[in-house]
Order: sequence, then C-alpha cells, then structure tokens
Amino acid sequence: MSESKITNILVAGIGGQGVMTAAEVLAQTALAQGYDVKKTEVAGMAQRGGVVTSHVRFGAKVLSPAIPPGEVDILVGFEPAESLRWCTHLRADGVAMVSTTRQEPPVVSLGLFDYPEDPVAQMREAKINMHAFDAGAIAQSLGNFRLVNTVMLGAISEYLPFPPEVLKNVILERFRQRKPKLVAVNEQAFEAGRLAQAEN
Amino acid sequence: MNAVNPLPSGERLFISGNEAVARGAWGAGCKVMAAYPGTPATEILEYASRLPEMYSEWSVNEKVSLEICIGASLAGSRALCAMKHVGMNVASDALMTQTLIGVGGGLVIAIADDVGLSSSQNEQDSRFWGRFAHVPVLEPSDAQEAYDLTRFAFDLSEQFDTPVILRMTTRICHVKGVVGTSERRPFNSGVGFKKDPARLVMIPTNAKHRIPLMYQREERLQQYSEGSDLNFFKEGSDKRVGFVTSGPVFMHIQEAYPEAPILKLGMSYPVPMEKIREFASQVEQLVVAEEVEPILEGEIKAAGIQALGKEILPRIGELAPQVLRPAIGRLLGEAPPQEEPAPPRRALADLPEVKVPLPAPGSNLFPRPPTMCVACPHLGIYYCLSKIRNKAISGDIGCYTLGAGHPWNALDTTICMGASMGVAHGLDKGRTDVDKNQKIIAVIGDSTFMHMGMQGLLDITYNKGNVTILLLDNRAVGMTGGQDNPGSGRDIHGEESPRVNFVKLCEALGVKPERIHEVNPYELPTMFKALREEVKVNDTSVIITNQPCVLVDFYAAKPPLRVEDDKCTGCKNCLDVGCPAIYVTRRETVIKPNGKEKELAFVRIESSACTGCNLCPATCGPDAIIPVENFIRQ
Repeated sequence: MSESKITNILVAGIGGQGVMTAAEVLAQTALAQGYDVKKTEVAGMAQRGGVVTSHVRFGAKVLSPAIPPGEVDILVGFEPAESLRWCTHLRADGVAMVSTTRQEPPVVSLGLFDYPEDPVAQMREAKINMHAFDAGAIAQSLGNFRLVNTVMLGAISEYLPFPPEVLKNVILERFRQRKPKLVAVNEQAFEAGRLAQAEN
Repeated sequence: MNAVNPLPSGERLFISGNEAVARGAWGAGCKVMAAYPGTPATEILEYASRLPEMYSEWSVNEKVSLEICIGASLAGSRALCAMKHVGMNVASDALMTQTLIGVGGGLVIAIADDVGLSSSQNEQDSRFWGRFAHVPVLEPSDAQEAYDLTRFAFDLSEQFDTPVILRMTTRICHVKGVVGTSERRPFNSGVGFKKDPARLVMIPTNAKHRIPLMYQREERLQQYSEGSDLNFFKEGSDKRVGFVTSGPVFMHIQEAYPEAPILKLGMSYPVPMEKIREFASQVEQLVVAEEVEPILEGEIKAAGIQALGKEILPRIGELAPQVLRPAIGRLLGEAPPQEEPAPPRRALADLPEVKVPLPAPGSNLFPRPPTMCVACPHLGIYYCLSKIRNKAISGDIGCYTLGAGHPWNALDTTICMGASMGVAHGLDKGRTDVDKNQKIIAVIGDSTFMHMGMQGLLDITYNKGNVTILLLDNRAVGMTGGQDNPGSGRDIHGEESPRVNFVKLCEALGVKPERIHEVNPYELPTMFKALREEVKVNDTSVIITNQPCVLVDFYAAKPPLRVEDDKCTGCKNCLDVGCPAIYVTRRETVIKPNGKEKELAFVRIESSACTGCNLCPATCGPDAIIPVENFIRQ
C-alpha cells in the first residue's frame, strides 16, 4: 500500500442494525494499527428508521472526512436496497459486501413507493464487485440477530490492509471488556462472515 | 453512544468535535457549562456532564443557558454554553447586550451550524453574529482544532474582555478524529463578582459609555487577528487558484486540490484583511470558499480585493470535494474528466451530460425518511388527528413534526420552537370567511413547551383565544436522543429533580380546569373523544398525553402482537397508524358492488420489533390482531 493511499469504507444500513458500531470497530482497529482515522457519525435520525451511514477513512493522514463519490473501497451494506442506494459511490475496483435481509420502510408498506424486486441483481448488472448473502439469517442461526454486524465485519476482513485476525481481536477484546459471555459466539459470527464472503 | 472514560490528560483520544469541545473547556478549567439539546451540538453537554469538577446542566432554552454562563463569568469563573445555530437566535437577546458588558472569567459560546440540514428547519451562517455583536469568531477545521481553539478561546475572552464565539458545523461536531490533549489547567482568577453598575447595569446612560469601548475592543482584536498564527498560509505550487477559507472546508480543499495555496482562517472575525491582500497578490485568482453565506467574500470585495465566491460556489450545503471540483474545474476552463470505457454507474456519477443508455443503479430508489418509532406514543395521536375534518394543525419542533409525513399528513406548519402556540392563535384571529368553521389545533411536545411554548399559551389564554392544544408529554427531549428535562424528573446526571406538573402549569397559565385533560395516547377511543369534544368548544383547551418515549428507560415493552392471516381483510386501517412494525405481505385489487375498484393490502406484524402497545388492535374491524403466545424477547 502506498503512503498516500487512504482506505475508504462506507458503512450503510438502517437504524438498529449496528451500522455505527461496525464503523466504530473498524475505526478503532485502524487506530490500533497506527493509522490516522476519521469517522463520520449520524445522530438522532438513526433511531427513527432512517438511513444510517458512516464514512470511515484511514491512512497516513486523512483530510476531508467525507468519502468523495467514486472513491469508496469497501461498501458494507447492511440492507440490500441501502446497498443499491450507495453502490454508485464505489471505485471501479471497489467491493460491496451486501446482506440480503430486506427491510421495507412504511412508505413502501403504504404503497407510495415500490421496493425494487431484486436489488442484488441490479447491482450485478451494473458490474459491481460484490458478495451477497443473508447476514441476518447467519446471525439468527447463531442465536442473536445483533450478531449481524460481527458477521459483516468478518466478511470484509479479507479486504482490509491488515490481517483479518487484527480485526477479529479488536472485536473480541471489546466483548471481553464489556460482555465476556458473548466472546465465543462473536468469534463464531466473525468466522461465519469470513466463510460467507469466501462462498458467495 | 460510546462510554466516556475521563482519561488522564496528555492522552491521544479518538473523539468527535463535540467531545473535543467538552474536553477542551474542561482542560481550560471551565467551571460552568449549560445548554439546551440541539443537533449537532447536543453531545457537547452530554460529554461535559461526565467530566469532574464542573457544573453542567440542561437548561430550558438557549437564552437561559447563555444567561447562566454570563452569570458564572461575572462571578469570576470560566463558562461555556453550547447550542445549534437556531439556538443562537433564541440566545441573541443576551449576547447583544453582553457584548457591551464584557466578561469576568472567560465566556465562550459554541454555536454549531447544521450545514447540510441533517436535522434543522433552516441553514444559518452563525459567523454573522460576530459582526452583529462585535465579538471574535474562532472556527476549528477538525476535532483537534476544536479542542485547541476551545482552550484558547477562554484566554482570548479574558485578554480582550469579550465573549468569544466558537463556530462549528455538523462536519466538525459529528466526525471523530485523533485528538492530542494536554494537562488540565484549573482556573483560579482570585477574584469574585465585581460590583460595577456602570458596567453591568445597562440603562441608557451606562450603555452609551460602553458602546465606544466595544468598538475600540474590536479594533484591537482586528490588529490581533492580522498578526495571529491562527490565520496561516498553507503553501501550494499550483498558483492558478488560491483559496481563502475557514472551518471544515479547509480539509475539503486539501483533499480536492493538494497543490493549492490556502489562507486558512482560524480566527475568521475580525477579518485579517491585510493578510488576505498579501495572499491575493501571490496567486492568479482568489476564491473564497465559505459555508454558507458570502460574508467574507463581501468584505474582501469591499476592501478592493478581487475575488470569486458564490458566483461559482453554492450558497447552500457543504463545500465537499465533489462540489469544489466541478466548480473550480469550470473556472479553470478544464474539460470534464475524460471517460475511459467504464461501467455506466461511474459515468453518471461524474458526467451528467454524457448520455448513457441505462439509468444508474439505485437512481429511482424509494426514499427512506425518518419516521416515528414502533409503538411511539405519537402514533395514536396522529391517527386521530388525521381523521378530523376541517382543521388546521399548527405544529412545532420535535419527533412529532414527523406527523406531517405519511400516512398521517396531519401537521400544517412548523417554523421555530414554540411557534405552534402563536401561529395557532394567529390562524384563529386572522381567519377569513372562507375558514369560518375551521378548527384550530396546535401540537407541541413537553420540551418544546417548556422551551418557549409556555409563553405562547399564556398569550392565548390572556387574549381569550380559541385553540385546542395537544401537549405531548413523553418525558424526554425526544428527537435529540431522549435527554432529561424538567418534565422527566431527572437532571443531566440522572439524579432526581423536581418534576413539572403540566396540568397545574396549564391551569396556572389560565386554562380552565375543565378544559384540561390528561389522556393515555394508546387508548384511541379516549383520545378521539377528548379531541372531538374539545374542538367543538369555543375556548382554549389542553389535552395532555402522558406516555413516555419508547427510547428512554421509562418505557416498558410488552409482549408483541401478530396478525391472524385468515382474519385479515386487507382493509389497511392498521396501516393508517403508521407503525413501522406492520408490513404488507400482499396486495389485491377487488371490484366493489358499485363497480369501483378497491385496493386491499394484507399485513403481518414483525414480532421481534413489536412491543405490544396495543394501538393497532383498536383499528382492526375483524379483530385479526392478537397477542403472540409464548414469546421470548431476545
């Protein structure tokens, strides 16, 4: 990786899915690796069913905190329509990690708008490099829907400029400090995410 | 929100601009901090409240918060108040005379402009306040500068005997970056409150003497600004365009144009005009890149310096790299970036003029606006309001403003804090014959009411108005994240505090006791009855709803509900409640006996999201909504 290279990660989803937590973990991992890091946050709207995004940028020196469109290296999409919404911000050689768990907003339930039939297919047609799998189902199979953000972090770990174990250890250490009983299942979730990325 | 550890000073922290301001104030020995919640400034006081040896409070509004800080400053202590841009409008009455008085301990006013409107009624450029009040304005361009400038602001305030404005934007407040901190310096001025009525009691004879002093101070600050290294040149080899800038735009310019020379203003008012003149002579074209109004641009041009600003840059929103690049590119006569064969999505991102056969993926995607939470106590209120005919609903600022959206469409105005009261009264007194029978309803939240609604209500009762007021008491400052207020019974530290009795308060403000009702907003029949009766009465009524916000700890989830598929008739009544836990499973079109088409939508309830508030069963004719048996919440 050249010295001037900045890694740009866009985490996108809906309030309650762990978007901000995932972004925070990525930021903390990059910090621990000695990078300069900037991370944007969303306040308030996150809990009201609105779109939640966080830009995480790290490198030798990060200036503007917002990732310019067309410069996203990794899009972490917690929901397929939200992944579609942001996929145009990816670099040509960027990658999208998409969880296929759909979540329809009230404006769709009310019949005012349609939910696209197949957002994943639309992204594939547009030649987006991507891995798509149901991270929500994986989390549920491990016993808790909230594991979805560890699953997603495991899935992108292969694309980061440091070994996957580094990210895994940051996650597990967080749980060791706050909720030691959840360390084991989060390790499983991380590995399940890695497997999902390899297989999809 | 992340847990805050008050780490020993000297640490490098990964913190947001807001937290940096709180730590910077603490590091400078600030003793008193006060604020009213407001995006994007809210977290400043949230972080401050966890730091030791400081008095911090949620104030009822920004004017009071500034007055408290003025008192603390005059008592000889350092004080900081924080607010969003519109909060400064509320506090401005205090600032405009305080500037004549000066300070005791340093007084810093942190104003956070919501550039980009992440959650506001407007955009404002708070740098105007520096000019209007003749006080200095400091602008950080990232979290590190937010920390450093906050610490410095107190010294500047005492040195020049002036309040100091620290102007931030959303991009500073809500971005986390690496911040190096230094040892905390306790502040002991050694003096207390100095009795000096000629200075502190602003009657005309006294004020007249203070005004020239204020102007002299401004001139001294002008000299200081010219020589300050807060305003510095960043060298650049590409002299075609030189940028004058402040705040986060400094970072955006460096990102977009690493070789551009930049004059970066950390103290953006008073303006170091000679420094700008010198810089302008070193570059071919001077561009003023400022968020959001052409304030500096106008002053630069008035000083006879050629410059470009809002001729090429927008007056709304952030000047992010993707905004700067096309504008400067056009200025330099550069062709739009050449396209190599690339997927259509990139072409559309950069070149709107290029014709592409396929639309960009996601270009017609549904919007996902914020909406009320599952089981929000406001859902039932808006369901009822949406069923009332011939009404105008004067609204206010909070989560309940979302009632203007789908499916309720039951809010007609929202202007500023507390406006629901006055506007309602005006809609009634100013009504024309066209609206003879129109019912005037006002909707206001508890925090908004205590912020500035109480005064409006008093006006209505005193002037014998005819408005039906819905006072939505959800025991929290909801939209900003559920902060405590005088209605929650807790202070900023979570400790017990006197709790306002809204029934007694409304009575004291002149509403007749028989016109005040306390209603559980989850009980739709009671809600309907109270509303329907009170809108008929030619007098002021207040209906107070009394269930807590679902996001604060007063709320207790109950076992969820589900829909019995075979009983659901697709009537869509429950969808009118607007709860996000209700999803449509399928749609059908049927022909009614009278030949007209009817759209049916069959629903299900997402049990993992539902908290059993029991609103939707009341709307279900066929009684298809029942409790889930044996449910275990994760």
